[in-house]
Amino acid sequence: MMQTEILGIIATFVLTLIISIPLGSYIAKVFAGQRVWTNFLLPFENIIYRFSGINPAAQMNWKQHLKAMLTINALWLIYGFFVLMYQDHLPLNPDGNPGMSPHLAFNTIISFVVNCNLQHYSGESGLTYLTQQFIIMFLHFVSAATGIAIAISFFKAFKEKTTTKLGNFWQHFTLAITRVLLPIAAIIAIVLAFNGVPASYEAKDQIIGLQGDSLTVSRGPAAAMVAIKHLGTNGGGWFGANSAHPLENPSYFTNMVEAISQMLIPIAMIVAFGIFIGRRKLAWTIFGVMTLGFLLLLLPTLQSELGGNPKIEQLGVTQHTGAMEGKEVRFGPAATAYWSTITTVVSTGSVNGMHDSTMPLTGLYQLLAMMVNAFYGGCGVGLLNYFIYLIIAVFIAGLMVGRTPEFLGHKLEAREVKIAALVTLISPLLIMCGTALAAYTFTAHGNAAWETPPSAWLNNPSFHGFSEMLYEVTSSNANNGSGLEGLGDNNMFWNVMTGVILLFGRFIPIIGPLAIAGLLAKKKYIPESAGTLQIDTKTFALMTLAIIVVLNALSYFPALALGPIAEYFTMIK
Amino acid sequence: MKQYILPSIKLTIIFTILLCVIYPLFISFAAKLSAGKGSGEKVTLNGKVVGYRLLGQAFNQPQYFWGRPSAVNYNAAGSAGSNKGPTNPAYLQEVDNRIDTLLKYHPGLKRNEIPADLVTASGSGLDPNISVEAAKIQAKRVAISRQVPLSKIIKLIDIHTEKPLFGLFGPSKINVLELNVALDQTRK
Repeated sequence: MMQTEILGIIATFVLTLIISIPLGSYIAKVFAGQRVWTNFLLPFENIIYRFSGINPAAQMNWKQHLKAMLTINALWLIYGFFVLMYQDHLPLNPDGNPGMSPHLAFNTIISFVVNCNLQHYSGESGLTYLTQQFIIMFLHFVSAATGIAIAISFFKAFKEKTTTKLGNFWQHFTLAITRVLLPIAAIIAIVLAFNGVPASYEAKDQIIGLQGDSLTVSRGPAAAMVAIKHLGTNGGGWFGANSAHPLENPSYFTNMVEAISQMLIPIAMIVAFGIFIGRRKLAWTIFGVMTLGFLLLLLPTLQSELGGNPKIEQLGVTQHTGAMEGKEVRFGPAATAYWSTITTVVSTGSVNGMHDSTMPLTGLYQLLAMMVNAFYGGCGVGLLNYFIYLIIAVFIAGLMVGRTPEFLGHKLEAREVKIAALVTLISPLLIMCGTALAAYTFTAHGNAAWETPPSAWLNNPSFHGFSEMLYEVTSSNANNGSGLEGLGDNNMFWNVMTGVILLFGRFIPIIGPLAIAGLLAKKKYIPESAGTLQIDTKTFALMTLAIIVVLNALSYFPALALGPIAEYFTMIK
Repeated sequence: MKQYILPSIKLTIIFTILLCVIYPLFISFAAKLSAGKGSGEKVTLNGKVVGYRLLGQAFNQPQYFWGRPSAVNYNAAGSAGSNKGPTNPAYLQEVDNRIDTLLKYHPGLKRNEIPADLVTASGSGLDPNISVEAAKIQAKRVAISRQVPLSKIIKLIDIHTEKPLFGLFGPSKINVLELNVALDQTRK
């Protein structure tokens, strides 16, 4: 029994690598304008460019990239906000679901524009088929394409020795959809549809069950969305229970497909980076550090889940395969533990089991994965997050050996390091302040006369209750989107607070790295010499990992000690 | 700013058509060829639809196999887990009550024979499956209630055991609804 569960996750990870490595080389070729078999789409893309008034050959510098990216994102925010609020007056609403409250629409639209997909509603009752497809699924595609497009501009900064030309944002964005996201999503969607995920537009069904009870069944065109929600590391599901729902993830096979598809692009982007800038060894070093970090989170997670809940063991029940609360039988604890690690490292945030019911230490690893947010990381942006750690590591290593720090032939100076430091500091600031504000409101104003009084927020007492708040804020900042869903989060306080954190948590870690890359690329190229600090060695890789561990441990240990760590020690006592 | 706003609007329009109309309609159309025609696969008994293959139902009568506890009582209009933390005292009390209920309806059953999935709520609240052990401990109750030999029930459990994917990956399991439909069919 147990062996097949372990074999299943090994197979899933190996298949992920087998597919993502060639995909990375394909992505590098597409964006370098080389010959690839999908070039037959060129005439079709030219129609898009002509219709939109874009000259794909017009080069942009880093500031123009950011302006284009922020403009189109702002447009989606405004347009989506109103559609969500008035969805009840629009077509394709066979179940007659209501419009969203302004604060819920505020949170939801930000959450999907920023690729987070925190969901303070349940898909079955909170959205219509129109908003599921025209807002939610649309943003699944375009927020992922935004991440890829900016990552490609970042690649271009290091391709030439000295340059201000980082390609054309609109072209990167278009190609990310037509050459990468849409074709792969279509394949995944068809595989899912043929394995039981619904794809028709029919409304809820009413049937009489075997025991004679009348049953209502929610469904809808979910397959198309479930495919891109994973491929784009979005995570926001069709149904409330996300990929734990049997219609969203019907079997062990679909579970493997969905688990593989959410890791594909984050890993492929690292491979693509190495090929694109002609430094494969650097890419493998980065991949090595990320994989080591991933395994350091995965292995203890497996141990903690497969061991079962000691409190239930005290009741006399033997848990042969591991802890089962909040998990589905068809996946089993091993595949659910594996998923909980991948979904938090790559910022998908979809779940195939409820994180609120996982063991305390599993919760700790989920939080750490989101706090680091760069072990593979989100679609396109994972590499940008990692780049910030690299800059800090180069700077510190430079100080240690007494050399001017350099990154790929460009001198790293005060301005770049300041930006990197700022980006590093913003995460703990947002997470700590957000959690502190929530904890303060909960304890000092528990009975405030709000729609939902703060004292009613938590689904669990004591340390675990604190973890529910810490997790929600961490997930928002990391643009992850998973949650300890017991938290009563659909109210003014949580909708507004996490909405604001989502915006900063998304755009600062995009603006910062691209600004550094743009500034570096402009500088004079210094050829490598014996005195150059090598950044593609094992020593430097370990140095980077140490920086990641130290920075995050210093920032978050006190908060983690109050939540999952304290809960763990009360559990085993 | 105009140089950014116009392409933003136009790209949004053209990609809305491509991603929100053409793509999902294509998938929806292709899914018409699948087993459930894209609307979910149904299970029938004597030509009458009695449920969806992938959605569990609340079974509590003694002549049927029971599924797992559910936070939404198997109401498939929505879906949710209990979201109870592992050290929550109220939750642990609830698990203890479920154990007592199982012991009451299954004389001779020992605590350490109870598989974890029968006393814990699933993630979706709609889990269609139970473990093979969870079916086996219920076999005697079902046999007595239906007045059929135990061996016949055990054989049905064996037939309805779904092996791991390719015999290699993931857990074995039983679809509760299909097993119960098979029970009703053998009676006739």
